[in-house]
Amino acid sequence: MVLCMRPLRILIAKPGLDGHDRGAKIIARALRDAGMEVIYTGLRQTPEMIAEAALQEDVDAVGLSILSGAHNTLLPRVVEALRARGLGDIPVFAGGIIPEEDVPFLKAHGITEVFGPGTPLETIVHFIETHTPRRARPEPSAT
Amino acid sequence: MSEQLSWRAPRALARLLTAIENGAPEALAQVQTLYRQTAHRAHIVGITGVPGGGKSTLVAALTRALREQSRTVAVLSVDPSSPFTRGAILGDRIRMRGISGDPGVFIRSLASRSAPGGIAAATADMVTALDAAGFDVIFVETVGAGQDDVAIARLAETVVVVEAPGLGDDIQAIKAGLIEIADILVVNKADLPDAQRTAQNLAAALALGFETQGHHGPSLASSPQAGAPSGRAGWRVPVLLTSAAHDQGVAALIDALQQHRAWLETSEEGKHRRLRQAEAEIRARLYAQLMRAALAHIEHGALERWAAQCAQHRAHPEEAARALLQAILPKLCSSST
Repeated sequence: MVLCMRPLRILIAKPGLDGHDRGAKIIARALRDAGMEVIYTGLRQTPEMIAEAALQEDVDAVGLSILSGAHNTLLPRVVEALRARGLGDIPVFAGGIIPEEDVPFLKAHGITEVFGPGTPLETIVHFIETHTPRRARPEPSAT
Repeated sequence: MSEQLSWRAPRALARLLTAIENGAPEALAQVQTLYRQTAHRAHIVGITGVPGGGKSTLVAALTRALREQSRTVAVLSVDPSSPFTRGAILGDRIRMRGISGDPGVFIRSLASRSAPGGIAAATADMVTALDAAGFDVIFVETVGAGQDDVAIARLAETVVVVEAPGLGDDIQAIKAGLIEIADILVVNKADLPDAQRTAQNLAAALALGFETQGHHGPSLASSPQAGAPSGRAGWRVPVLLTSAAHDQGVAALIDALQQHRAWLETSEEGKHRRLRQAEAEIRARLYAQLMRAALAHIEHGALERWAAQCAQHRAHPEEAARALLQAILPKLCSSST
């Protein structure tokens, strides 16, 4: 009973150097209002910092907001850093200013979904609720 | 199995913490074993105080300083859950950016999940797991605390209450509650005007208490005896000025933490305190277990029916609670755990 009621834990991070986190905060707020526990790391995170936070916080999904244009470099590196820590099963979604033509490349490099500007918040909430496989698994006993 | 639980294996640790937080039965069984194996190994430090006082920034500054001494540090940082959606935004990592990425530092954010008192229900068990993993110092940062959020006092060995300048007069400083649980009082943001005066007010308020107990007054950071135990039974609560964002006053705070730990380990009061904490923890768990058992036995819809009566002032909530209790007492007594 306790297990099925547990809130999802989601890491929201901003990789790279752009200093605009309004979008990230709106997503964080929307996920909070959907009953999730959102770990928000703030600006200017390296892929390693993001993966380390995902590991320590044992999150169900990682959301990346990026407006700098460096998404084709940075987002695959986040996925690699997660895989290097054995966290390849955590879904990674992205948002921000990402041109449509870059989406197939990103998906080929491990990004589960990309949400462009104007995506309804319910769409993102629904996506997370239906793409968090770690939640369905029984809790590992960690022995 | 606990041999494998180590700060060097953060993933297994992170997963155990999740299982504890979610009340997984096998994790709780493991914690009980770990508890027996970890008697006062890590220094468990509570950091509490008003929202926005700089608790997270102070924890980050302390962690940096401890890492320079090659001590490993775990941080459990609690932020509030929404009472409506149960969601939460856990933002304490923002202030701890400078210390993440160091394998000797483990930071875990947790939502209060509406537990009263400023920490989450699972916090004590998560501390046990971190202790078993071998961290030297464990910081537990509470939610931004109100005057009455004193649950950290039954968990932490050393409680640091963080105040900010300009938040209240000298009467605020002698009210009961949060300030009373301080082993160390910190006035953070000491670069702001009024910091000295706030510290003086707090020191004067503490001195009143010491006078009534026949002890010497507390001392300010500027005096040479700051933080020194006052000879016999008592611990003098030092009032320290820090500016965590500028790494000022942090070394003095580290010294005070270490002095307090040493005092706990050598004084009778330290032993008594552990007894009182254990008793308070048992009471808290008894209360939680009783509530769970009671709620499980209340007839479906009975509470809601009483609520409808009480909402219209046709019944008093006390009457409702008594009636519900009367109805479940026989069931509670006959059911074995």
